[in-house]
Amino acid sequence: MVNIADQVFFCWQAILRHRFRSIMVLLAISIGVASVVVLTALGEGARQYVLGEFAFLGKDILVVLPGKKETTGGLPPIMGEAPRDLTLDDTHNLGRRLSSIDQLAPLIVGSAEVSYDARAREVMVLGTTEAFVSLRSLRLASGRNIKTDDFRRDSNECLIGETVKDELLGSISATGIKLRIGDYRCRIVGVLAGRGDAMGMNLSDAIIISVASAEKLFDTPGIFRLLVSVKPGFDIDSVKQRIIEVMTDLHQGEEDITVISPDAMLATFDDIFVVLTLGVAAIAGISLLVAGVLIMNVMLINVSQRTEEIGLLKALGASADDVQRLFLLESIITVAVGTGVGWLSGWLLVTVGRELIPNVPFQTPPWATLIAIAVALLTGLVFSWLPAKRASELQPVTALQKHK
Amino acid sequence: MMIELRDVCKTFYLGESSVQALNHVNLTINAGEYLSVMGPSGSGKSTLLNMLGLLDRPDSGYYGLSDTDTNQLTDNQRAAMRSEYIGFVFQAYHLVPRLTARENIELPMMLAGISNGERHRLSSQAMQRLGIEDRAHHLPNQLSGGQRQRVALARAIVRRPSILLADEPTGNLDSHSGIEVMELIEELNRDGITLLMVTHDAVLGARAPRRIKMLDGTVDEDIIDREVELST
Repeated sequence: MVNIADQVFFCWQAILRHRFRSIMVLLAISIGVASVVVLTALGEGARQYVLGEFAFLGKDILVVLPGKKETTGGLPPIMGEAPRDLTLDDTHNLGRRLSSIDQLAPLIVGSAEVSYDARAREVMVLGTTEAFVSLRSLRLASGRNIKTDDFRRDSNECLIGETVKDELLGSISATGIKLRIGDYRCRIVGVLAGRGDAMGMNLSDAIIISVASAEKLFDTPGIFRLLVSVKPGFDIDSVKQRIIEVMTDLHQGEEDITVISPDAMLATFDDIFVVLTLGVAAIAGISLLVAGVLIMNVMLINVSQRTEEIGLLKALGASADDVQRLFLLESIITVAVGTGVGWLSGWLLVTVGRELIPNVPFQTPPWATLIAIAVALLTGLVFSWLPAKRASELQPVTALQKHK
Repeated sequence: MMIELRDVCKTFYLGESSVQALNHVNLTINAGEYLSVMGPSGSGKSTLLNMLGLLDRPDSGYYGLSDTDTNQLTDNQRAAMRSEYIGFVFQAYHLVPRLTARENIELPMMLAGISNGERHRLSSQAMQRLGIEDRAHHLPNQLSGGQRQRVALARAIVRRPSILLADEPTGNLDSHSGIEVMELIEELNRDGITLLMVTHDAVLGARAPRRIKMLDGTVDEDIIDREVELST
C-alpha cells in the first residue's frame, strides 16, 4: 500500500512529464467551472439589479393598473390593454372612500418637446401629484415640490430633472423659469436630484407636471398607473382587497383593475431570474460533461502510452488496486487544479465585470460555486474510472513486452 | 526459497495460430542456485521467467514457491509476493524516465509503503554497492547503458529479494560494461540470492554452474556442473 504523499508525488511527476496533455484537461475543466461561475454571476447580478430597481417602492405601496388579467398567475398585465380607463375621478373617489389610504399618485406618462428660449428637447413628461416625490423617495437638488392640493385641477408648476436642466438652462438658476411644452406653459419650482434609472424611467431626463395638466396635454382620459400608499397600521393585503372592491363598485360592478403589491411583483421576477440562473448554470454544466469526455480520452491515451510503466510497477510489486489508485489520483489532481484555476479566473472575471458595470451587482451564488466544483470533481472521477480500471487490469507481461 | 514447477503449461493465442510456450515443464530450483536459461527465440525462455516472477499464470500445472501454491493466490497477493521476494532485471532496463536514479531505486519501496528514512538508507546502500552513489540525482537519459543497468539492478535488490530474475541483463551493453554488470550479479548470487538468467550469449550462459536449454517449450537439457559448484 503506497502512502498518500508518495502517491501525490508520483502523480505530480507524471502530470509534469505530460505537460501538454495535462494542460488540455486542466483547460477544459477550468473553462467549464469558470463558465458556471461567470454565467450564474450574470444571472444573479441581473436578478439583484431588477430587485434593486423595484426597491424604491416601499413595502406599504400598492400599484393600481387599469385592466384585468383573465387568468390567474403569470406576469401582471404591465403592458396590458385596458378595457376601461382608470380616471382621475376614480382616483379622487377612491381616496375619499378609503380612510386606509394615505397618499395617491396617479401617473400619466408621455413624451413631448420642452423648450426654453431657442432651445428645445424631447423629454419624458410625467403627470402626477405632489405625493409622487415622497412615494418614490425622490430628493430635490433645489427649490420645492409642486403643489397639487386638488389633483383634478390644472397647475402650472413643474419639477425638472438634472439632465433637462443642464441641457436646457445650462448654469442659470432654474427656479422661477417658465418652460413651454407644446401649448402648455409651466414654471419650474424645483430640480430633482440624482440621475439613476428606475423601472425603465430616467427621471433626470424627465419633467414632472400636475396630472390634470398632463391629461390635457396628451388628451387622454385615463391614467397609466396609480401609486397608493397605505396608512401605517393597515394590513396591505386587506387594503388591496378594499381597493378592488371600491373600484369594482365605481365601475358599475365590473372588476377591471389590477392591484399589485411590490412583494408579489418581486416574487414573480425573483422566480423568473432564479429559473434563468439555473438554466445558464445547467448549460455551463454541460461543458463540464464535455470536459469529462476529454478527460476519458486523454486518460486512455495516457494509459496506452504508459503501458511499459504500468507493467514495471506491477513487476516491482504494485497491486492492481495500487495502479488504479495512481491513475485515478493523477486525473483527480489535474481536475482539482483545473477547478481551482477555473474558479479563480471566473471570480476574476466577475470582479472585473463589477468594476466595469457598477450598477449591476454581479455575484456568483454560493450554491453555483459549490455545484460547479462538485460536478467538476465528480466528472473527473467518473470519466477516469474506466481508463484507470483498464490500466490496473493490464497484464504485466504484455505490458513489459511491448517495449522490449 | 525453493522453486518448484510441475507439469506447467502455457499456450499463447495469436488470432488463429497458437504457440505452446511452455509444454509440461518440470523444474526444481534450490535456494541460492545460479542458473542460466538458453535456447532459440520462441523456445519459452521469457515465458518461463515471467511465470517464475509471478507476472504470468500457467494454464495448468503447479508452481510452488517455498511450498506456497501460487495458483491459489489472488492478484494482489501475487503482487505482494513479487514485492517481497522477487527482483527483476530487464534487457531494456525499464527505468521510469521522469524519476531520478535514486527515485527509481526507491520505487519498489515506495510501492511497499516503506518510510522515507528507511528508503533513503536502503537506496544509498544499494547504490554504494553497485558503485553509482554519485549518480543519485541523474535522470535515466543522463546515464550510460551500464549505469542504467546498475540502477535497475539496485532497484531489483534494494528490498533484498530471495530470487533475482534477469532477462538478457547485458543484451544492450557493450562487452566491457556487460562483464562488469555480470560480475555484480554473480556477486549477489554468492551472497545467497537465487539467480536465474535468460541469455542468448553462450559465453555468458556458460558462466552458470547450472545450465538449462529450452526447446519448443520444454526443458531440453539441464546440466549441473558439479566441479564448479564444489570449487565455489
